[in-house]
Amino acid sequence: MGRLVKHHLFWPLCVLAALLLFNLCYSPDFFTITMHDGHLYGSLIDILNFGSPLILVAIGMTLVVATKGIDLSVGSIVAISGAVACLSISKGPDQNSLVLILISVLLAVGLSLVLGLWNGLLVSVAGIQPIIATLILMVAGRGIAQLVTGGQIITVTSAKYAYIGSGSLATLPFSIFVVILVLLIALLTRRTALGLFIESVGCNPTASLMAGVRAKWVILSVYIFCGLCAGIAGLLLSSNVSSADGNNAGLWYELDAILAVVIGGTSLNGGRYYLTGTVIGALIIQTLTTTIYMIGVPPEITLVVKAFVVLAVCLIQSDSFRAAFAARWKTRHYPAEKEITRHVS
Amino acid sequence: MKKLGKMGAVLALTLTVMMLGACGNNGGGNTAANETGKAAEASGNGGTKTEAKDITLGFSQVGAESGWRSANTKSIQDSAKEAGITLKFSDAQQKQENQIKALRSFIQQKVDVIAFSPVVESGWDTVLKEAKDAGIPVVLTDRAVDSKDTSLYVTFLGSDFVEEGRKAGQWLSEQYKDASEDINIVELQGTTGSAPANDRMSGFAEVIAGNPHLKMIASQSGDFTRAKGKEVMQAFLKANKDIDVLYAHNDDMALGAIQAIEAAGLKPGEDIRIISVDAVKDGMQAASEGKINFIVECNPLLGPQLMQVVQDVVDGKQVEARIVTEESTFTSEQAKEALPNRQY
Repeated sequence: MGRLVKHHLFWPLCVLAALLLFNLCYSPDFFTITMHDGHLYGSLIDILNFGSPLILVAIGMTLVVATKGIDLSVGSIVAISGAVACLSISKGPDQNSLVLILISVLLAVGLSLVLGLWNGLLVSVAGIQPIIATLILMVAGRGIAQLVTGGQIITVTSAKYAYIGSGSLATLPFSIFVVILVLLIALLTRRTALGLFIESVGCNPTASLMAGVRAKWVILSVYIFCGLCAGIAGLLLSSNVSSADGNNAGLWYELDAILAVVIGGTSLNGGRYYLTGTVIGALIIQTLTTTIYMIGVPPEITLVVKAFVVLAVCLIQSDSFRAAFAARWKTRHYPAEKEITRHVS
Repeated sequence: MKKLGKMGAVLALTLTVMMLGACGNNGGGNTAANETGKAAEASGNGGTKTEAKDITLGFSQVGAESGWRSANTKSIQDSAKEAGITLKFSDAQQKQENQIKALRSFIQQKVDVIAFSPVVESGWDTVLKEAKDAGIPVVLTDRAVDSKDTSLYVTFLGSDFVEEGRKAGQWLSEQYKDASEDINIVELQGTTGSAPANDRMSGFAEVIAGNPHLKMIASQSGDFTRAKGKEVMQAFLKANKDIDVLYAHNDDMALGAIQAIEAAGLKPGEDIRIISVDAVKDGMQAASEGKINFIVECNPLLGPQLMQVVQDVVDGKQVEARIVTEESTFTSEQAKEALPNRQY
């Protein structure tokens, strides 16, 4: 039992379970999943489908945070990637041609790799602090996305492109498979020495360099990977609604992603990372959003409700808070209670 | 030294990207403003007394959150060019603080008239007083402010959102006037706290209160965007088994909701009747296909009217305190007829 409680996934899983349980109490058929023309349909599926872009961004963010960095530009990369893909599809002669879709997707993914490389260069080669280096692209990126879309919402009518974000494979949303693929790639760092390198660079870049780890390359690669994740997330988001919105797509995603990383147990001080924790963290955030819509919290106080839940999650996860709380519980003095015990015995 | 050169190159690149971003933020507006600005300068240098006639208009737009807004921006930019008015255009990206900054910079630049579409209704008194103290008249376009002191602005030019909500409600009441059982309505609100969201909600609620069978069972904000509209509608469909009518505060949210309804295996327009506001091209397209049953128009082409008002204000003419734009409504059949001529 003690080992179970100490496990880094214990508290995040508890919170997720509590949220799901709350939903079950509120609407009994929350867990019901039915078949609808060949694909599964239900609230849980929705959470996975709508949560997948956030999970992707958060996975990339986890590796960056593990090197004691941070990437604020992910939201902008999401917007740019969606905008570029939709623009190139909408310009094509036949929106449903597979070649066009593939070229557009590759173009968007390639561009997000370049943007990730840009962040990585600023941080590793130029030695700018990550928060400032990525802030540049966060601000400029929105502008670039609007430049690409011309300030308009680009609508595409391609059924093949819509498949990426809202189609289903083997009864499950296609986006889930994309997430699983990326997660497996990210988990490879755990199977190879790369994970260790990332953590050592996060602990102490100079010491790692002395020990023979090419710190700059490690940092560069995590930012490129983070850019890639954000780019794919942008494709999922824009294809889900078959349109690109330079202004609103991925707005505040960087904050949600950082929150997911932290809820998952990864410290912003770097040196440790938990990918499965991050996935659960992102699922908690998406479940919370869905819950708020379902129970009909008035829109005016939605953010307050969210803030309270997030505060509670963070407090539950804090060791010192739990210790203080437990100490209080143990040393409580209730004179009447002691009286009763004495008389009964 | 070699390292220094590398750093320099990176710095230069950074600056380029930042400048690119800055241009992007303002959309095409800046270039348009510059061009007309140059034209104005040229005529000013001519030495004639045309200088007094050159009008500079500072316009702060909400953002580019929907097709409607883009059409609105384009109309204002085009008609400013036509009227020979120098337009300083600024995009607030849906943030009030950006808009307040833009208004302050207009005051500093001493433009002749300031026009803006407020992102939210409240919190404008201070900056509007600054404009008043600087002697710059302010015109509100499209959205109102809730300021008690009406002397802070000259006029409010725009649609009557309460009336739009009422029109939507009236059509619905008409459709269900003989209903014997309860009709369940869900509502997708616009950005929380914005004037169109507040007014379209209250106008609609006011009318449907007259029919006891019309029941509003859920109402959430979809932020006027397609993605949010879809996400919220998915949750509505899960939480409520029996939805008869959807009332969306703009077309984009309705379009997102249509995707959610189709994913649930229902037929938009038949299983769930949809009422929407705006009548942008994508919305009209959906209406002509029968997916949206009723659209209340909200006309974005305010440009010509705005330029007229600006000219009148500068000339010192009396302007009415409230100018309403002309608007109509479309059923599916009417949308089919009107679609080919739709500009935006």
